[in-house]
Amino acid sequence: MTTEVVDMITVVIDGFEVTVPKGTLVIRAAEQLGIQIPRFCDHPLLDPVGACRQCLVDIEINGRAFPKPQASCTIPVETGMIVKTQLTSTVAEKAQRGVMELLLVNHPLDCPVCDKGGECPLQNQAMSTGQGSTRFEGVKRVFEKPINISSQVLLDRERCVLCARCTRFSEQIASDPFITLNERGALQQVGIYENKPFESYFSGNTVQICPVGALTGAAYRFRARPFDLVSTPSACEHCASGCDMRTDVRRGKTLRRLAGDDASVNEEWNCDKGRWAFKYVTAVDRLKTPMVRNASGVLEEASWPEALAVAAAGLKAAKSAVLVGGRATYEDAYGYSKFARVALATNDIDFRSRISSDEEREFLAARVVGSSTTYRDIDKADQVLLVGFEPEEESPIVFLRINKQFRKRALKVVSIGSKESIGVEKLKAEFVKVAPGQEASAIAAQSLTSKSVILVGERAAESTGVLSAVAALADATGAKIAWIPRRAGERGALEAGAIGNLLPGGRPVTDAAARVDIAAFWNTDSLPSEIGRNTSQIIEAVHSGKIGALVVGGVDPLDGDNSSATLAALDKAFVVSLEIAPSAVTERADVVLPVAAVTEKSGSFLNWEGRPRAFDAAVSDSLNRSDLRILSMIAEEMGSSLNLGTVTAAIKEIASIGKWDGARVSLNKVNASSQPALTAEQALITSWRRLLDLGTLQQGEENLAGTARRTVAVISPKRAQALGVVDGDQLKISTTQGSVTLSALVENIHDDAVWAPRNSRGSQLLVNLGVAHGAVVTVVKA
Amino acid sequence: MSENLEPLKPKDLGINDVEFYEVEQTPPVGFFGSLKGFWVTFSTMFKKPLTVEYPEVKAPTAERFHGRHQLNRHPDGLEKCIGCELCAWACPADAIYVEGETNTEENRMSPGERYGKVYQINYLRCVFCGLCIEACPTRALTMTNEYELADDTRAKLIFEKQDLLAPLRQGMLMPPHPMYPDMNDTNYYNGDVKQSHPSQEGK
Repeated sequence: MTTEVVDMITVVIDGFEVTVPKGTLVIRAAEQLGIQIPRFCDHPLLDPVGACRQCLVDIEINGRAFPKPQASCTIPVETGMIVKTQLTSTVAEKAQRGVMELLLVNHPLDCPVCDKGGECPLQNQAMSTGQGSTRFEGVKRVFEKPINISSQVLLDRERCVLCARCTRFSEQIASDPFITLNERGALQQVGIYENKPFESYFSGNTVQICPVGALTGAAYRFRARPFDLVSTPSACEHCASGCDMRTDVRRGKTLRRLAGDDASVNEEWNCDKGRWAFKYVTAVDRLKTPMVRNASGVLEEASWPEALAVAAAGLKAAKSAVLVGGRATYEDAYGYSKFARVALATNDIDFRSRISSDEEREFLAARVVGSSTTYRDIDKADQVLLVGFEPEEESPIVFLRINKQFRKRALKVVSIGSKESIGVEKLKAEFVKVAPGQEASAIAAQSLTSKSVILVGERAAESTGVLSAVAALADATGAKIAWIPRRAGERGALEAGAIGNLLPGGRPVTDAAARVDIAAFWNTDSLPSEIGRNTSQIIEAVHSGKIGALVVGGVDPLDGDNSSATLAALDKAFVVSLEIAPSAVTERADVVLPVAAVTEKSGSFLNWEGRPRAFDAAVSDSLNRSDLRILSMIAEEMGSSLNLGTVTAAIKEIASIGKWDGARVSLNKVNASSQPALTAEQALITSWRRLLDLGTLQQGEENLAGTARRTVAVISPKRAQALGVVDGDQLKISTTQGSVTLSALVENIHDDAVWAPRNSRGSQLLVNLGVAHGAVVTVVKA
Repeated sequence: MSENLEPLKPKDLGINDVEFYEVEQTPPVGFFGSLKGFWVTFSTMFKKPLTVEYPEVKAPTAERFHGRHQLNRHPDGLEKCIGCELCAWACPADAIYVEGETNTEENRMSPGERYGKVYQINYLRCVFCGLCIEACPTRALTMTNEYELADDTRAKLIFEKQDLLAPLRQGMLMPPHPMYPDMNDTNYYNGDVKQSHPSQEGK
């Protein structure tokens, strides 16, 4: 690694010398000395603008003083600079006081009803640099208030100090320039374009960085005061980006979540889903007590010992398998992994409760587990290749990071897919258009270098041969691979061995040394040696009678491509369900055990980098138990011991096991299948899940759902012409299982393809059609 | 001066070095002297008693006595409380709990955007210091002279909003109802609304 050589400059601020890199702004240099210059518009991650004029200081360079105080947030340090802030210069002090007085001329005195009251930079700085009374005797400017600039962000124009933080964020960070400063003078105000609401996936950040109460979130409006809230550092459970978060709880109820500050991951941002989708914990009827299905087939409330005994007896009576969803924490996934091997003596465990393949499983074992491609690699990459991955929809912070590099140094982005997305357009990416299912050939044609990064989404598993092609491309060019699943727990589950071909720490099941290794840690004589079944094989085995019992934790049966078979299997088998709320699994379960939601327990997620994102229980007085503890109790009842009573115990055990340094599983090349022949009315379906859709964890948040993108079916101009369809006409997409009718949108998409959102309102493809990618569907004008 | 600052050591001090003052002792007061003291007691027997037969008789308190709180109303009946929680913030005993809520056209409890949905004062904690009254920006919270605050369970001593709200007086309407026509919240605070308007009724 080469260390970057930086020119250092020494300046004097308030009589103290400080040495900072060239280009540092005066206000930042002062911070290093602990000198706080008041400011509103200045934000370390946004370009300087000098809009609020609050940070005026006296500056002289080599003996020549500026005639007037200067804004310290726009002036970089220079050699021989002597800066006097409000602490040593009466001129600067008076200037700041004057600016504050002007800012307050039109600012309403409604702090008692303002959400920002108590944590407001304007309040605080009016106390520190303002004066007690005003000389202004006129009438304050009034605006109608508040106005919705989107269903979740409210704008109070009276309170705005025109710092332009929100507009700069939207333009520079999110590339969603939907808000701007209109008008001039005292009437200047933040506004939205006509007929274009502020529908950005990142709009919540503007609420957080607003230095006054001009932008407020509809969900948190009037809910609490800062002193009511107990804040807990936490991690986001929504996607694999791994944002650092802060959860604010009042009396056992989560009221808001804010983006935490982690420079190496989410910087200071997060997406609206992470910020506002937390009501699922309280909005739904939570499971509160264990339930057991009685002789007449009805679920009855039961005591814990009773339910555990029934669960243990049922799991002992038949050959069992484990299905764990991608939302489990690292520690819980480890619990499931150990439970399967120790208590059930099987490798039949799979965390991929979605469309998956054996090719993917091998790919994960061969290339992903234990690997460490990071955000830093994206920062340094010469090119980013997106395969089966829509960063804005599926991992928004990855999108922000790519976007940052794109804006900074025009990072080259190539996206291989069938439909050009909004995110890809924003990144000005080179879009390689292929028919759904034919991605593999396009991947092989890419030219990368060893500094390139290939970002592979979980949807890459939906086309055969894609992951083989990615691995081959990486081998040929030396490019780094990063696998970015959608759900927060998938990487952790992979590392914890909640999959049929791996034991914890990436140890191959087929490797005798690895098995001996783990058996020693787990105090068991031996571990099963055959590769376990994957999700669809487990379902098949239930139907063929080879498996009689299932442990299901956090799985939505409708996420897979064969949901009717999954539901039938759940009906047939003895099912022990660990869930926070009633679901399709609960209806079919024989024993239901309630578990703690993420806010109620401690633990960690591994984000796509493999970086641990630990969190504490935000609601500390919850009586709900984690999955880990319950699995331990079932195992105890079954006569084997997991020794995982607490999360701490699991963390210690995982740490002592460590990573595998032996040989990895080798990847067998899978060839891509050829494209099926299509008639004029037929097309190949392709889809992805949008960030804001009908996801289980977004329940109960209507304001958030209001900014979800419009549900449309996308077809190419050629197909539109053939069907005689224009934008807005109704299109019917159908398979033998069913159909969806959606409004048409003619866009840049492969001529053989039709796109629809996978799980949005009116378009739940896996339920409605039973297919989501690469399958033949019929598209007609409705 | 400086040499005098040297502290004296114990051995330097003899009993005769300490100065004594002689105090003159008064002689014993005698029989009539003792009666003088009892005179105060005796004379009080002929004065009008200050005590009253509480609870049958209740003497009025001082005018500014700090008693039970009251949540006041605007002259048209809308609540003055805006749910800002400044009272809770000021409270040194953490006796006040407030939750705010948004006023809507269908459900308007106070002028302006916000009202107090939940308002509780825990009289087991309250020390009647009156800091909450000083903090209230709308004069919604004041104190009455009511001092009879005893009960037999703890729960009963947590007063809810309905226990604290002032009664409806002449010209007031029970909220929720709309604001006075052509008036905004500033008009309310300036005292421009004197009573309810017929149009506010039955909405």
